[in-house]
Parts: sequence; structure tokens; C-alpha cells
Amino acid sequence: MSAAESVLRVRDLDVRIPTPRGELHAVRGVNFDLRPGEVLGLVGESGSGKSVTLRALLGLHRKPVRVTGEVTYGGHNLVGMPERKLRDVRGAQISMIFQEPMTALNPVLTIGEQIRENLREHRGVTGRAALARATELLDLVGIPSAATRLADYPHQFSGGMRQRAMIAIALASEPRVLLADEPTTALDVTIQDQILRLLLRLREQLGMSVVLVTHDLGVVAQTCDRVAVMYAGRLVETAGVTDLFRQPRHAYTLGLLRSLPDAGAHRRPLRPITGSPPDLRDAPRGCAFFPRCAFGTDACLGAEPPLVPLSGERATACVHHAQLPAVGEVLV
Amino acid sequence: MTAVEGDALLDVRGLTKTFPAPQGLVDRWRGKPRKVVRALTDVDLTVRRGETLGIVGESGCGKSTLARCLVRLYPADRGSVRYAGEDVLSLGGDELRRYHRRVQMIFQDPFSSLNPRMTVGQVLREVLTVHRLRPREGMDARVTELLSLVGLPAEAAGRLPHEFSGGQRQRIGIARALALEPECIVADELVSALDVSVQAQVVNLLLELQEKLGLTVLFVAHDLRLVRHLSHRVAVMYLGRVVEVAPTNVLFERPAHPYTRALLAAAPHLDPAHRVDAPALSGELPSPLDVPSGCPFRTRCPHAFDRCVTERPELLDVGAGQQVACHLFDPAASAGGR
Amino acid sequence: MTTTAPTTTGVPRARSRRRVKPTLALGLVLLVPFVLAALAPRLLAPYSPTDFDYSAILQAPSAKHPFGTDNFGRDVLSRVIHGTRVDMQIAVFTTLFPFVFGSLLGALTGFVGRWADAVVGRVADLVVVFPFLVLVIAIVAVLGPGLTNMYIAVSAVGWVAYWRLVRGEVVAHKQTEYAQAARVLGFSPTRVLLRHILPNAITPAIVYLMTDMSLGILLGASLGYLGLGAQPPTPEWGVMVADGKNFMVTAWWISGFPGLALTLAGVTFSLIGDGLADALRPRS
Ligand SMILES: Nc1ncnc2c1ncn2[C@@H]1O[C@H](COP(=O)(O)OP(=O)(O)OP(=O)(O)O)[C@@H](O)[C@H]1O
Ligand SMILES: Nc1ncnc2c1ncn2[C@@H]1O[C@H](COP(=O)(O)OP(=O)(O)OP(=O)(O)O)[C@@H](O)[C@H]1O
Ligand code: SF4
Ligand SMILES: [Mg+2]
Ligand SMILES: [Mg+2]
Repeated sequence: MSAAESVLRVRDLDVRIPTPRGELHAVRGVNFDLRPGEVLGLVGESGSGKSVTLRALLGLHRKPVRVTGEVTYGGHNLVGMPERKLRDVRGAQISMIFQEPMTALNPVLTIGEQIRENLREHRGVTGRAALARATELLDLVGIPSAATRLADYPHQFSGGMRQRAMIAIALASEPRVLLADEPTTALDVTIQDQILRLLLRLREQLGMSVVLVTHDLGVVAQTCDRVAVMYAGRLVETAGVTDLFRQPRHAYTLGLLRSLPDAGAHRRPLRPITGSPPDLRDAPRGCAFFPRCAFGTDACLGAEPPLVPLSGERATACVHHAQLPAVGEVLV
Repeated sequence: MTAVEGDALLDVRGLTKTFPAPQGLVDRWRGKPRKVVRALTDVDLTVRRGETLGIVGESGCGKSTLARCLVRLYPADRGSVRYAGEDVLSLGGDELRRYHRRVQMIFQDPFSSLNPRMTVGQVLREVLTVHRLRPREGMDARVTELLSLVGLPAEAAGRLPHEFSGGQRQRIGIARALALEPECIVADELVSALDVSVQAQVVNLLLELQEKLGLTVLFVAHDLRLVRHLSHRVAVMYLGRVVEVAPTNVLFERPAHPYTRALLAAAPHLDPAHRVDAPALSGELPSPLDVPSGCPFRTRCPHAFDRCVTERPELLDVGAGQQVACHLFDPAASAGGR
Repeated sequence: MTTTAPTTTGVPRARSRRRVKPTLALGLVLLVPFVLAALAPRLLAPYSPTDFDYSAILQAPSAKHPFGTDNFGRDVLSRVIHGTRVDMQIAVFTTLFPFVFGSLLGALTGFVGRWADAVVGRVADLVVVFPFLVLVIAIVAVLGPGLTNMYIAVSAVGWVAYWRLVRGEVVAHKQTEYAQAARVLGFSPTRVLLRHILPNAITPAIVYLMTDMSLGILLGASLGYLGLGAQPPTPEWGVMVADGKNFMVTAWWISGFPGLALTLAGVTFSLIGDGLADALRPRS
């Protein structure tokens, strides 16, 4: 995949967070390209560094957190870009939505005011035109009687509606990239289903690229075009969504899929991944997944295996990727 | 009403629970009547001895309220709960304590359900002491035994909750409940806060313990995949009501209630080839402050017809152990139909 | 949710020791001289705190009288040292009763709720509609000046703060899952309250107690200054500041050093309070 095609190009992204008990290397050498119009899923278990990565893309980390590497957007490196210049990109070209909309919405401004603020800031639209556009946006995200709901405050909206409002605000600037950090984790499945379909429709209509952070493999299967699997601060596998579910090429991905219940095995024991993820304050020896891995050998204990390209558009950081068995179960 | 088959351990009839809604000062001055949150309305449910009954439904539909009423954390407004024939809602003092020895609860949040100041050993020892389950000499041995039952090393007894991971804390919660040697466990979102890989560990533990100790389990969860894997039967709740109960395979293969069908369709399938374009259900969950008249689901139901507005559907038997509360399935009905 | 990663299997190993916070350590170090002075003033003070010495009136600080002398020739250092006992006593007696009574009442009404809570709430409202100092002064005025009456007055008003604090915490902790778990485990209400809720709910009150002690000293000093607290010639810092007010320009040390002692005691208690807040918080 040539880099010229990508909207966002991430190289050697590193994030180090100082903590009282030593420096936490939360993101360790992440590389990926986000292509135009694609939904890229970023999955991994809690603490694997998904949110930290996303925040680093937009330069949202503050001192003393250290971010290094390259995040290229529109020919410029966003890492280390002065705050003033970053602001032209942030919100305008790259928007972000969060898991908990209530904390991201301003409780004392109406939804309408918040959408219009974004319109004014990033698109220079004001007055009547802004009002009309705000109504249109709220309508676009599927809020009934949009014109009257513009005057509502966030607390007057239900959880699902808040998440829609968040999306409407994020879309006001007509961004080219939408970063979504677990946008549906706090929602019910029926509402989650609505929001995800909405995202897919908007991606289609507006030609945006989306990075969707989630830990729900079902959401990945239903929404993403490509998937990047994160473990202990690193990408360990990237693949097209169909390939990933059919034949994982990293022992961790395989472990994740296998730990889910499968259709024909009512009340049979599940197959968990044993142990827990490593402490990112100590650099792991070899592959970070080794201590929990069923396929690990001494070959995994050398230098930490890098993400290497395989055939097609896949890449893996698993030494034994060729020996991994198929998931081999009926997924539901 | 349906006949109870099998050996009913817990029998819930007409259970109703409301909470006073928060009310602003202005409204109070104006003397507006205080609204109520209808958390549970006329819930009928039977839990059979030795089974795992899954309870699913959207957030706020009353799953936790039901669980809490069953263990007497919340007083019910109306209705009855019978445990092995005994009237649970009127138990007091020592009787209630004996009930709690038989029916235990495990909480959702592995981070807040343990007293942050007590070591694991203290937690377990306290339970054993209060209920006089072991003499002082046998105490340490029993603590070790309980810990090993849930797969924790004996040295865990000396540690405080914050020193454990989420999955380990959930094990501690299970050990604490098991200390009373209960027959029945109410597990409210036992694994919801955990990562899938850890979820699987705790689920296995639950399965193993159930096998070993013959526990009856009420498994409250919103993860349909897990509920399907674990449960013998499943109850689906909507806005404080049970709208469908059925054996697991029946429910997942032939869901009857329109809400159940939507819920199953909305759950993201793990096969990328299996994508659907249209959302399973439009509209939002109505507020439990304003439960719609008639069928609570009618505001979102694609099949709703006039009878659904005026008349509340009862939970009726439709064969194969399946019960549904929907007018579409009322054999006596003349109107409507699928 | 973030899980701090434990080692690969089993339980995380080293139970890392909690380090004593620098603020707490500093506060405790500063407390030492106050405690010594309060316990054994006679051993530390070079002179009697009350004997007049007309040959040495209004002397500036010197090697003989490090803090100088006052208008009766009394050694200010000795008076400050002897005053420590009185002021520490004030710190403890103005806060101990409100703390114990207010906290217990708060625990009880917060736990039981209903009418008990409502009744106490009304009484508390009644007490707090008056400014604290005005109310205390009014009560002392009725009962008559003196330390004992001051303790009574402060206690009658001071419990409200503790009641509020502890009640709020108990109400909040009652809802936590561990408190509910304790109930489902069949523990008696008394046990749930005393063993599970209170140890977690009392922390803010203890921290506040420290701040309140420094406030108590200041209050005692204010009342002393107004002539409603300790009576002359009792060496009490507030009274001493008051006594020196006419000599502020010519002999600053008469008010200056007791004032400094007051400030230092206040800072000491605040530091300890801050440090305790950290130390008592359970780790998460
Ligand atoms: N501000 C911070 N200070 C200290 N550590 C942090 C901070 N933010 C994140 N971390 C740590 O960095 C690591 C990665 O966190 P991150 O939030 O990216 O995880 P995540 O993959 O988003 O997990 P989740 O699924 O729980 O959201 C974790 O170990 C977390 O504890
Ligand atoms: N202690 C309480 N006081 C007031 N209202 C309550 C209380 N507990 C629950 N409710 C309300 O009762 C309704 C049912 O809540 P409940 O917690 O039982 O739902 P749930 O099905 O467990 O939802 P979730 O999946 O989010 O846990 C909700 O509207 C909730 O706001
Ligand atoms: S009773 Fe009517 S509204 Fe309710 S689920 Fe059945 S068809 Fe739909
Ligand atoms: Mg995150
Ligand atoms: Mg719940």
C-alpha cells in the first residue's frame, strides 16, 4: 500500500507516560496508514493503549506525557506541531468522539449552540445559514424533530441521542477523518446498532475515514473494513476484516477469538487466554504476548518481533504465524 | 397463569417496584404530583432448582432491580417471592439471615464491591464468623480452601482488593458468596466489566462451581452471546416487564416477541460476511417515568396495532416451554396476526 | 477501566509499602516542640510565666530574654511556652466533642435516614443560619466568660460540620456495592455501619478535624482577645496578642511571638490534615 494514498500516516508512534512508579511506555512504535473512506478498527484489551494512541494522533497529550514519531496529515507532521497550528487541524479536518458523551458535551450550552460553535469556528458559517446547517446535521444523525431539539441541553437527551449529538457536532466541520473512541460501549445493543449503521452511512455520504476504537469483536466484524489489533502498546496484527476472522495470523488474535463462546458448545468450558497483560513499565523480553501464549517457543524471546507484511494486505508480529491453527468454530 | 413445571426453587409473582423520581424544587412548590420510576411491573418468573436462568434486556429495564428485590436489598412494592415455598418478602431478622445463607448475590463492579480496607482474608473470615460456620481453629483452612476453589493462591488472603486485577477481584466476590455455601446465586453482570479473555476465565469458574456444588444461578447480563452459552432458559425484560421466557435454544432460534427478535438482530454478529444494512430497531427506549399504555414495546414495535395501545398483553404459554407477552401470540385474539 | 497489570500469573507480588507523605512527616516534626512544651513547660521555660519583674520591662529580644519581656517584665518566651498547654487544650477540647458527637450522629442519621435524619437536619439548619462566631459569642455571653463555657459554646455549634460531613459520606457509602454486599451476606445493620461503612466514611471528618483544631486555636485566641476566653494572667496566645496590642509599635515582640506561635500551630495542623487525607485514602 503506497503511503501517498493514505489520509493519515502514522510512523514509529511512541507515547511515554511518567508515573510515580516509573515511566509507562503506553504506545510502542505504532505504524499504520488510514486510507480514504475506510473504517479502520483498533481493537485490544483494556489498557493496551488504544485511547492513548488516538489521543496522540490529535496531539491531545499534555506534558509530562512524551509523544514521539510521525503522524502525517496533509503533508505535515502533527507530532510536535505548535498548538496554534494544530487547532486548524483538530476539529476541522480530524474530529473525535468519545465513549462518554456526557463528559464531552458542555452541559450549559444547548446542542444547537454547540453545533453552531463548531460551524463558526471551522467553517465560518454563522447566522441563519448556521441554524439551517445545524438542523440539517441533527437530522442527518437521526434525531427526530431536529429543529426543536436544537434548543435542548445535553441532559435533556437520552444516552443514544447524546452520542448522536456528539457525532453531529463532530461532523459540523466536515472532517476528513473521524476518530471514534468506543462510541457505543456505553449504549444498549439496539442503540449501538443504530449508531454504527449511522456511522457507516455517513462515511458513505461524506467520504470520511474512520478510526473506530473498540474492544467488541462483534462491532469490528459488523463495522470495520480493516482491523489493527493492539497488544501491550503495539500493533501485533493488521488485516482485512474478513481475513482476520477467518484466519488470525497472531496468536493473541487467535486467543481472543477462541475465548468467545461458540455456537455448538452450550455450557462447555470456554478457552480463555491465561494470565494477564504485562506491566508496560518494564520492557518485555521478546514478544510481549509470550508469557500467555500457547504457541511460544524460544524463537519468540529474541528481539521483540516487528510487524512484518504478509501476502495481500496483512501484517503480523507473530513469529509462528504460519503455524497457527484456524479458529475452527462457528462464530455467532 | 402458566403451570410451573419442574422443581421451582424461586417463584416470583406480580413483583412490582417503583422508585420516586427526583423532583425539582420548583415542581415541588407547585405541588406537582411526584412521578415514579416504574422499575418492575408485575414480574412473573420461575427459577428451577439447578438451572441457570439468563436475564437480558436493555439498560434500565429493571434487571438489577429484580436481582436486588430477590435478595431483599430493595423492598418490593407488591407481589410475592417464594423460595422453596417460603415467603421471602416477609422474612426478618434471623430468618432473613438464614435466607441469605441460601441465596447469595455477586455484584457487577469488581472495583467497588469489595471493602477497600479489608484484606481478602478478613473479608472471608468475617463471613465465616458472623454466620458461625467454622470454629476459630478451622478458619484459616477454610479460607485457603475457598480461595483455591476460585483459583486464587492461599497467600492472596493477606492482600487488599486494590492489589488484584479485575478478574481476580471477581473471583474474590465469588469466594465471598460461596463462603456461605449457598444453593442459589444471583449474579448481576458478573463479567460485564471484564475483558473477553478474562471473562472466559470467570465463566469457566462459574460453570465448574455449578457442576461441583449444584448451584442454581440467575445470570443477569446484557451480553447475549454469553447468556446463550451459559443459560438453560432465558428471560427477556423490557421496561420493567418480562416479555418473553423460553429455553435457550428456542429463544435464540425461534424468538417470538418482536422485541426479542430486534434484540437478537441488533447484537453484532461475529461473522463479517453476515452484515445487515438496516438497523434492527428504530427509536429509543421510552423513559420508565412514562411507560406507554398497553404494550410497553408498542412505541418501537414494527407490528403494533390498535389493541397494543389499549390492552396490556399477558405473559402466555405458546408451547415448548416458551412464554410470550405479545398480542400477536394470543390464541384468543381475532385482530392482528403476523 | 484500567487494570494495573499484575505479573503473568497469580497475584501481583510485592505489596509496595505506602511511603509517609512529606507533608505529613513535616507536620509531625513540627508538632514535636508543641507537644513537649504542652507536656513539660516548666522544664523548657527559663522563667515563670506570671512573675512580674519591674526591673526588666519592655525589653527587646536579647540573649537573656530571647523573645523579650512585656510591660510587666514577664518573659515572653516563657509565656509562649506555658501558653502552649492552654492552646493545645483549646485545640483538643473545642474539637473533640463536636467530632465525636457530630460524627456518630451523622453516621446514625445517614444510615437510618427517614425521620431521624429529617429532625437532625432541621436542628442543624437552625444552628447554621447564624454566623458561627456570633453564635459562639452569644452563648459565651450568656454563660459567662471562661474556657469551660467557651468549650460548651463551641461544641453546641461545632458538631454540625461533622454531622454534615459524615452523614453525606455515609449516605454515599450506603449505596456502594460493598455495603450492599455486606447486607446480602446477612450482616447485622450495626456491623454494616460500624465495620464497613464508617471506616470508609470517617476519613474526611478526621482530615477536617485537623483543620478544625487550627481553627479552634484561632477561635480560642479570638475569644481570648475579646476577653471572653482564657482570663489574664493565664498565658494564652490570643490573650497575649491582645495584651500586646498597645505596644505594637514600640514593643512588637509582645504580640509578635505569640502570634507566630499561633500561625505555626495552625500550619502544623493543616499539614497533618493534608498528609492524613493522603494517608487514609484507600488505594485504588
Ligand atoms: N494519564 C495517564 N496517566 C497514567 N497512565 C495512563 C494515563 N492514560 C493512560 N494510562 C495508561 O496507559 C495504558 C494504556 O491506556 P489506554 O487508555 O490507551 O488503554 P485502552 O486500550 O484505551 O483501554 P480501555 O479499553 O480500558 O479504554 C494503561 O496502562 C493506562 O493505565
Ligand atoms: N436506587 C434507585 N433509586 C431510584 N431509581 C432507581 C434505583 N435503582 C434503579 N432505579 C431506576 O429503576 C430503573 C431500572 O433500573 P435497573 O438498575 O434495575 O436497570 P438494569 O436493567 O439493571 O439496567 P443496566 O443494564 O443499566 O444495569 C431505571 O430507570 C433506574 O434509573
Ligand atoms: S403486543 Fe403489539 S406492540 Fe407489543 S410487541 Fe406485540 S405486536 Fe408489538
Ligand atoms: Mg480507552
Ligand atoms: Mg443493572
